[in-house]
This record gives sequence, structure tokens and C-alpha cells, in this order.
Amino acid sequence: MTLHDATRMPQGREDTTGAILKLAVLAVGGQGGGVLTNWIIDLAQRAGYRAQATSVAGVAQRTGSTIYYVEMTPDTGREPVFSLSPAPGDVDILIAAELMEAGRAMMRGFVTPDRTTLIASTHRVLATTEKVVPGDGRVDAAPVIDEARKAAHRAICLDLESAAVQAGSVISASLFGALAGSGALPFARTLYEDTIRASGRGVQASLRAFEAGFDGAAGKGTTQAEPDMPATGFGPKDAPVPIIGMPRVAPAPDAGAAPTGPDAQLAEWRKLAARIDALPAPVRDMAQRGLAKVVDYQDVAYGAQYLDLLDRAVSGDSAEQDWTFTGEAAKYLANALCYDDLIRVADLKTRASREARLRREQGVDADAIVQVTEYFHPRAQETVGTMPAALGRWMERSAGRMAWLDRRVNKGRRLRTDSMRGFLQLWLVSSLKPWRRRLLRHAQEMPHIHDWFDLALRERAGDYRLGVEILRCRRLIKGYSDTHARGQSKFDRVLGGLDMLRGREDAADWLRRLRDAALKDEDGDALNGALRTIASF
Amino acid sequence: MAERSFAREVQQLRVGDGTLFRGEGILAITKALLENGVGYVGGYQGAPISHLMDVLADAQEILGELGVHFEASASEATAAASLAASVHYPIRGAVTFKSTVGTNVASDALANLASGGVTGGALVIVGEDYGEGSSIMQERSHAFAMKSQIWLLDPRPNLPSIVKAVGDGFALSEASNTPVMLQVRIRCCHVTGEFTARDNVAPRMSVRDALENPTRDVDRIVLPPASFKHEHEKVKKRWPAAVTYITENRLNEYFGPEKAPVGLVIQGGMYNGVIRALQRLGLADIHGETEVPIYCLNVVYPLIDDEFLTFCKGKDAVLVVEEGQPNYLEQAFGAMLYKAGGTTKLLGKGPLPKAGEYTGQVMLDGLRTFLSDHAPDLLPPSGRASNAPPAAPVPALADVVPPRPPSFCTGCPERPIFAATKLVEQELGHHHIASDIGCHLFSINAPFDLGATTMGYGLGPASASALNDKGAKRRSISFLGDGGFWHNGLTSSIGNALFNENDNVIVIVDNYYSAATGGQDVLSSRADNPTKSTRHPIADAVRGMGVKWVRQIDRTYDVGRVQATLKEALTTPETGPKVIVASSECMLNRQRREKPLVAKAVNEGARVLKTRFGVDEDVCTGDHACIRLSGCPSLSVKSLGDPLRDDPVAAIDQSCVGCGNCGEVADAAVLCPSFYQADVVNNPTPRDRRRHRRARRVIDWLQTRRDARRLRFAHL
Repeated sequence: MTLHDATRMPQGREDTTGAILKLAVLAVGGQGGGVLTNWIIDLAQRAGYRAQATSVAGVAQRTGSTIYYVEMTPDTGREPVFSLSPAPGDVDILIAAELMEAGRAMMRGFVTPDRTTLIASTHRVLATTEKVVPGDGRVDAAPVIDEARKAAHRAICLDLESAAVQAGSVISASLFGALAGSGALPFARTLYEDTIRASGRGVQASLRAFEAGFDGAAGKGTTQAEPDMPATGFGPKDAPVPIIGMPRVAPAPDAGAAPTGPDAQLAEWRKLAARIDALPAPVRDMAQRGLAKVVDYQDVAYGAQYLDLLDRAVSGDSAEQDWTFTGEAAKYLANALCYDDLIRVADLKTRASREARLRREQGVDADAIVQVTEYFHPRAQETVGTMPAALGRWMERSAGRMAWLDRRVNKGRRLRTDSMRGFLQLWLVSSLKPWRRRLLRHAQEMPHIHDWFDLALRERAGDYRLGVEILRCRRLIKGYSDTHARGQSKFDRVLGGLDMLRGREDAADWLRRLRDAALKDEDGDALNGALRTIASF
Repeated sequence: MAERSFAREVQQLRVGDGTLFRGEGILAITKALLENGVGYVGGYQGAPISHLMDVLADAQEILGELGVHFEASASEATAAASLAASVHYPIRGAVTFKSTVGTNVASDALANLASGGVTGGALVIVGEDYGEGSSIMQERSHAFAMKSQIWLLDPRPNLPSIVKAVGDGFALSEASNTPVMLQVRIRCCHVTGEFTARDNVAPRMSVRDALENPTRDVDRIVLPPASFKHEHEKVKKRWPAAVTYITENRLNEYFGPEKAPVGLVIQGGMYNGVIRALQRLGLADIHGETEVPIYCLNVVYPLIDDEFLTFCKGKDAVLVVEEGQPNYLEQAFGAMLYKAGGTTKLLGKGPLPKAGEYTGQVMLDGLRTFLSDHAPDLLPPSGRASNAPPAAPVPALADVVPPRPPSFCTGCPERPIFAATKLVEQELGHHHIASDIGCHLFSINAPFDLGATTMGYGLGPASASALNDKGAKRRSISFLGDGGFWHNGLTSSIGNALFNENDNVIVIVDNYYSAATGGQDVLSSRADNPTKSTRHPIADAVRGMGVKWVRQIDRTYDVGRVQATLKEALTTPETGPKVIVASSECMLNRQRREKPLVAKAVNEGARVLKTRFGVDEDVCTGDHACIRLSGCPSLSVKSLGDPLRDDPVAAIDQSCVGCGNCGEVADAAVLCPSFYQADVVNNPTPRDRRRHRRARRVIDWLQTRRDARRLRFAHL
């Protein structure tokens, strides 16, 4: 059914604009909404229609929401009077070049069940407010797609961004294809293609993207997407990263495969793997991943240490609780043991696998010459962390010594890791790995980890859920330098709320709320508010 | 050179009699100027008429052939003042700017122009930046027309009407010795359409003729006693002349039947919206044939009493469709009706809202209310409520859909300036920050959240001038763009600060263009402009004025340097204004300029580095501190699919232009080492290859050796 035989409510005088097709394009500035609009106008004129386009240019083009509006009607030789802007409830075709723009169109009433064909790209261009959150500030896209299916006469929701990127083109071409594939305009496909050809630039790529959009909208392709999961999905391993669009969810890579390496270490590994197999089934996958991370971070012995800690979580846990505590312990112990230090960064940045990922991300092959510059800014604090514990403590005890050291190390360092000199510098730092356990940072981290874990175990005895929430608070500690210090401080403040919560029925819920609040903003305003609420109990 | 080139489109400006001209509203206006023998054009860029300036600039060759002078005016005041060429000389002149802000700036010159009156037609084309897409305070240009007695045209928003209005405007101006404003709204400027062209006409008198044959007439100069005479002349001579011209030439239009119980009196610019509402009510057909009479004011000032009163005759009620407030038209019509003893009921604001754009729904609701109250027979019984399908409930997505205000582009050189400012504030505490007009005003929004007021173009530092206390422990920071600086900031802001011994800090954001309006050149632009004089450094101008403490930063991406300079400015004991000129080219324009050059160089086999940034996803911990100091569109977040990780990590997509902000910020703010910069060497030299091979051999050996000694996991 095309929109023009959609039921209209006959109520005396008819709306006389039935012969006018009304089409609006909502896009993010820079997405090429203007190109698409020009194509649509050209297409309509080729088909013997009179058409008019308007837009609201100006600063909105600078990455903000923009709107283009087109009206068209068969040319009868007499000038029609078109409107210059879309009206709620009066739009036949709504093209949204991004999912939240589709949401915005619906909120403005431009998508109605009696007539609107909605063509929306399901990919996300995250708004700044979503990206700046210290935790995960991305909005849940599912309600928008649900509403789209309800609000539109017909909803075509496809990831047209990746369709275009895969064709080596941009989204205006795949949107144009989806418009053609939807059949919402009474024009032959060849007219669309003629329009693209006449525009003259990047024609072949545009036509490929057009086809992908066309097939997707006509139901032939594979671009139909579920909320959150672009079906043309690009996992973390399938770069290049698409332009603007970022997948919200990536499939978890399989962690079940045994590692490769020297026989002696493999033998040790197998012992640890056997201990994993002895764990309760629901936690095995997480423990497997955690173990791999810890061993990769340090060595097999460190892995054994991890499993020893995990065993303490297992004893006292039970299937009645779904082994939740142990599962969370498997996750957060691994993260805690793999604290972020200079050695780890140097190790990760000097690996062959990193080089391969970099080339994939930059879209160049193995032969290309790529100059790689790393941005480091170590301070005295990080430097003493990599000193033997005793020396580091001695340094730390004196503000003068620290200031002296800071003057020497605290500056931005740019290392060219594609050059021998730069690479070797990082390589040497990463070579400290075997001595890591004797360094100051390790001596500082271990008691902290034990305190936290012991606390969780203790509280678990009285309030199982509270113990679980304490484990999850580890999420707050992340980053380097100031970021790390800020995370640590938030962690302390959240757990500092424990004294006020202990014994309450809803202690676990409140601890969770505190943690969520801590992840909302950088300065911890939301956390302070939540703490004040608790203090008022 | 402007962001958008009209080099191809302007070729259409040459077409002659009978040719069908297709294009946007602004292109049509340009063509109409040429068809009407304009002698000089000028103006100042700003949405929605920025493109009109761009078209004129790109059309300079054609203008030159006809002997038409084009002036890229320094400000709207300059543009308006340039119309003085039409005071004594019978030359037609046209200027254009954004309104009401531009008209505010121009009003001094406009008032003087209107007082003495004009001999040659003087046309002021104002882009009415009102309603959706507007970036300024919501006001009407109408008041300026009334206060200075400048006639105001508000043509129907289609190309033939706009084109006709240009000709009418010149003729009306000459017939009544009064300047004329032609108002075009945002969508009208960008509307596409077609009209039948006429031949271009060379000006009757060129500016050269005027220069070589100077004349003066004391009666036209605004100085007593002439200025007193002007006021009388305005109402005794010019006004009646205008009324006669408008009436005789039928500039206003009538649509629909002569007899009907009700009628609509509308601004020309509202015509399409009104017709659409009538169409939806079933009262007009697709071509605009209406059953409700319409008196369409293509001239909204002056109003023609006789036309209005005749239109009202026999009607029970008329509705004035007048967008914005105050409702000058409605008030004037009310007075006319009252004085004439009219009994027709006058409505306007009431059925229609007092404020805000008359969008489709607003117009539909307003007309329906008016008609059901005053002409219910026109509406079908059910239609008195509604004949549209019941409105679907608007989805409740308010909590989901994030706001998306305009922001800095990918690679914008202004981003690092505000990143540095945020870092300085983290160290020294919050300061009073005064913003100005330009792209840099985006600092108001996330992630920077910097800036307290914006008072007008070039007035950033001026707006902080009262906050001037030598005893204060903290200084104010004012921002000012290069556009605003040359527009009037040099005197109103810098000169004022210097003269008043202001100790505060002024940051001039110099991106080589008037960037927010589309990348037009200004005095300090670094580009070679064949017809304008560029390359006049801002710092020289500031020093020339007498400012002692001036720092020039030639690469804004050096966040550490901007940070240190700003900190020094805020803490130095030196007195007087501290001026920092932070210069780097607008990335939008730079990319447009460099991309073809780079592509060409690569094709020709030259060694070219292509820079982009990336994030090591296993090093990034997902705190997003980097994004809070950036907000770059190409810097986003993504999930890794690792069940061990809760928060998405930072990621840079292919739209990255390698500006360097990410790395600099990570360095200056001491963030994390997860950013890397990748410079892909296109067409490497033999030396590149040798060095690469040597390094590769060592690196490969080390990596293989280490990999052989550790456990390797496929998924890590």
C-alpha cells in the first residue's frame, strides 16, 4: 500500500493537498542532508513533477540537528502553492539520517500512523551529553525503534550508515536507495539512478550504496536491524571504524580457546584451567576470561593468585544465589589485579597484535609505512610506582624529593613507536614486568584489593546482596593519573556510605544508587546529593 | 573564499529575456538586482542571507561586466552607510544583512539615510532570522521601518514574487525618495523554484560617473535646519507618494471571492502557510484558489488605509495574520477601523498566538478557531472541530532523545582554546566569562559549559567592561572572534578596555575567516583574495592601538601553550588589558582548501603524510575525561564486547582530520596514554623505506622473542 491510498477520515470538506507529496529529512549537520534533498528535487523534476525544497541552514549545520523539507506534485502546467515547512500530522515520508533524529521527528509529530512512511537509519551518532558521562551515558535506543513501529504507517529501520560505509560511500546515497526501495514515491528505480549519475561525483560508490539501501528497504537485503544490534555488524575486530556511527553492542569474542606458548607455561596453565572447570558452571566463562586477562597481564603464578582469591568467593556462595557473588568476584578481581600502570601500557603498545589493530583501524595494509606517535605524560607519582617498593616509599616520604623528581619527569613525552629509539624506550619499561611484584605500585595495590575483597566477603555474611554491590564498586576505579585519583576518591566515598547503610533492608539498593550516581558526572555532584540523602535517614 | 561556492550557479545570472531561471531564493534576488539596473551592492554576511553575499562575491566578474560595484562591507553599519551613494546620485544601490541584529547595527546610518531621503533607489534586503533555525533574539525588523520611515516589503515566498519585489522596491524608493527594506525569511532565502528571467540592465549611472561628477544638495544633509524639514517632508511628501505608488501599481494582492462574511489580512511572507491551512481545511485548492478572501500585504509598511477599509466593507470579521510581536499591523488596522467608524470585528493575536513562529499547526489551529467563531458555515459541522485525522499521541521520548545543539566541527581549532580554558579553570577556579557572537559561542554548551553572556557582535569584552575593579582577586575572561573583532570589536571592546584601564583578559579567536557565517574573508584572513586586501594581523592592530600585553599563539592546538598563556594573563601583575590572539585556520575551510591539493600531490607521487588519531582500546579505561575536554564529533564511545568491562571506551572514527587536539589534551590534562597519532606516509621516499625496514627488523625480532616466551590468548 502506498501512502496515497491510506485511509483518510472523510469529514465534510476534504484536505485538498492529497496530490501533494510531503517529505521531510531530519539529519545531523554534516551528514549530507542537502545532497539528498537536491537529489530528491532533481528526481521529482525528472519524473515530471513540480517540486519545492526548503531548508534551515545557518549554524545548525555545525553538527546540530537540521531539517530539510520537500513538497512535490505532478506538473499540470499550473503553479501549485507549497508549504515551506512540515506540519505535524501532515508528512507522507520522513527520512531520518540517524536514530535519535527519528525520535525527534516523532516527538514533533511528523510521523503519524495514517500516512507516514518512516525511513530511519538505526545507527547512532552519539550526542555530546551521552559521551561525556564517566560511566555509560548512551541512551537506550530500543524505545525509539518501538515507537517508530507504532507511530509510523510503515517503518523502515535499517542501519543505512554501515550500508553506505561498506559500499565506500556516504549515507545520503543509501538513504536515497531506501527511499526508492520503500516504494513510497511513484517513481521508477532507473530515475533515481539517473539522478545519481547526473550529479557527477563518486557515482559508482553512490550507486552501490543506493543499491544496498534499496535492497534493504525492499526487504531483499540484510540491513534490517534489531534495536541495538546492527545486523551488518562490525565487531571490534572488523575495522575500519565507520564514519560517525559507532556500534553500541559488540559480540563477545570466544574466550574458550587454549592459549599458545612455551610448553612449561602451558603445563602450568592446564592446571589452572582444571581449577576453572571445578568452578560452578555459571561463573566459568567469566572466570576463564578473568584468568586469561590476569595471566596475560603478568604470568601464570599471578593467575593462580587470582584463582586463590576466587576460591574464597566460592566457599560460602551457593547455587541458591546463582553464584552471583562469585561471578562478580571473577570479573572485578581480574580487573583489580590488572591495575593500570606504565608497564601494562608499555606492554600493550609494543605488541605485534597492537600494530595489526592499528593498521586495521587506519585502513592501511601491512606494507604501508605508518609513523606512530604515542602521547605520554608521566608524573612523579607514576614514576615512583615503578621503583622498587622501598626506594619508592623513601621518595614518597619527602615532598622535596617528589618535587625534585616531578621537575625531571613531569612533561609531555611523544614517543615514535615506529622508530627504533621510541620503541626501545617503551620496550624497556615493559621489560620491568617480571619485577612488577616488587615495585611500589604493586605494594600499594595489593592491600587495597585485599581490603576491598575482605570487606565484600565480610558483608556478604550478613547481607549477600550488599556484598555483591561492594564488589561492583570496583568499577569506579579506572584510568591513570588524576582520573585514577578521582575514581579512587569516589570509590572511597561510596564505600564510606556503608556505615550509614549497614543493617538496612535496602542497603544493597542504596549502595547501587550511590555507585550509579558516582558514574553520572565528573565532579561527583550526583554522588554528593545521594550521600546527603542517605545522611538524612 | 567562502565555504560554499556559487561559481557554477552564478553563470545563470547572465541569462536573458524569457529564459527559465531555476535556483534558490537568494540567487533569484541577485538576478533581480541585475535586471533592475543596480549600480552597487554591498552587505555583511549572516544567516539567512550569507549565501547572498557569497553569490555576489562569486558573481563579481558578471557584476564588473555591467559596471556594478560590489562592496564586502565591514559591518551592517558600513553597508547601510554605503547607501549614501544614492542620496545625491540617481544610482540604484542594494545592501543586505541579517536582521534584526544587523539592522540594530545599521540603524544609525539607516535613520540618517531615511531622514534626508534618496534620489536613486535604495534597497535594504534583510534576512529575517526568526523562528526555527534562528540563532538570535526573536524580534521584528518592522519596528525599524516604522521608526525611521523606511518602507517595508514582505513578498510572498516564491521566486517570481521575490523577483518582482526587488523591482517594485527600487521603483517605490525612487517614487517616494525613501529607502526600502525587503524582508525575506529563513526558508524563503533557501526555497527552490523558478521564474522567467529578463535581460540584465547596466546602471543608468555608475559609481564612476558619480565620482567624476560630484554633486551636493544641502537640503539632503541631516543637519539643522534641513533635518527639521525632513521630518515634515516624510509625512507630507514622501508618505503620500508611496501610498499613491503602492495603490496605483497594485503592489498588494487580493485572492478569493469579493464577497464573503470574513477575510484574512496577511503579511506576504505568511501566504504559503495561510494557503496550506486553508487547503487542509478544504477551503483552498492546490493552486491557492481560496474561498476565504485574502488581502495580501506585500508591502507591510506603509499600510494603505483605503485598501484595508474597502476590504473590510461587508465583512463581519477579518483576521490579521501577523507573525511575531508586538502586533504593529493589528494595532494600526484597529485604529483605522475605529477612526472610520467601522463595525468589522478585527482579530489577530487571540486566535493566533502572541509570540512564536506561525508554523503549520499554529496556522491551522488559528484559522480554524477564527472561522468556527466567525464563519462556521464555511466549515463542515464536524470540521468545526477538525477534519484532520485525530492527532496521534506524540511518542513519549523526551527522556530518551538527547538534545543536539550545533557545536564545534571535527578538528575545529577553537576546541583546544576552550579545553585549555577549562583546564585553567580547574586550576584557578571559575571566572566570569563573557562570550561573543561566532562559532566560539558553542563553548556555552557541553562539554565546555563556559560563558555567561553574549551581548552582540564584537561586544564580548565590552560586555565585561563594567566588571572592572582593580582590587578584585580574579579577572574576567572575554572571548571575541576575528569576525567580531573587525566588525566593531577593535574599538568597542579593545579600545574601550584600553581607555578604561581594564586589567582583564581578552581572548581573540582568530580562525582566518568569518567562519560561522560561511567562511567569508575578513581583514586578517591569510588567503589571497583577488579583490580584497587581506593579511592584516590582529595582533598588529591591537598593539597599534596601544595594548602592551599581547600574546600571539599561532597554533591553537598547542593546548599546553594556550593554557600557560591564559594562566599568565590571569595572574600577571601587569596592568591594562591582556590580549591573547589565538590563531589557527577554520578546519572546515582548511579541509576544503587542502583536500584537493593533498589528493593531487598523492596522485603526482609526492611524499604526503596523512594524519589521523586513534585510541588503543585496551589501554582506554572508559572514563571519557578526554571527551569532556573535546566534544569532537569524530571522538565517540564504543563497546568492546568484553564481559569484563562495564563502560564503553573512547573511539575515533574515520572522519578524524588529525588536528591533534586529542593528543594535546591528553598531554596537557595528564589524562591517559591511550591516544596514538598515526601518520600514514603516502609515496614514501627510499630513505623512509630504509628506516622503516631497519626499525621493523629490530621490532619484529623483539616482538617475536617476547611472544615466544609468554602465553598468547587469541581473544586478547
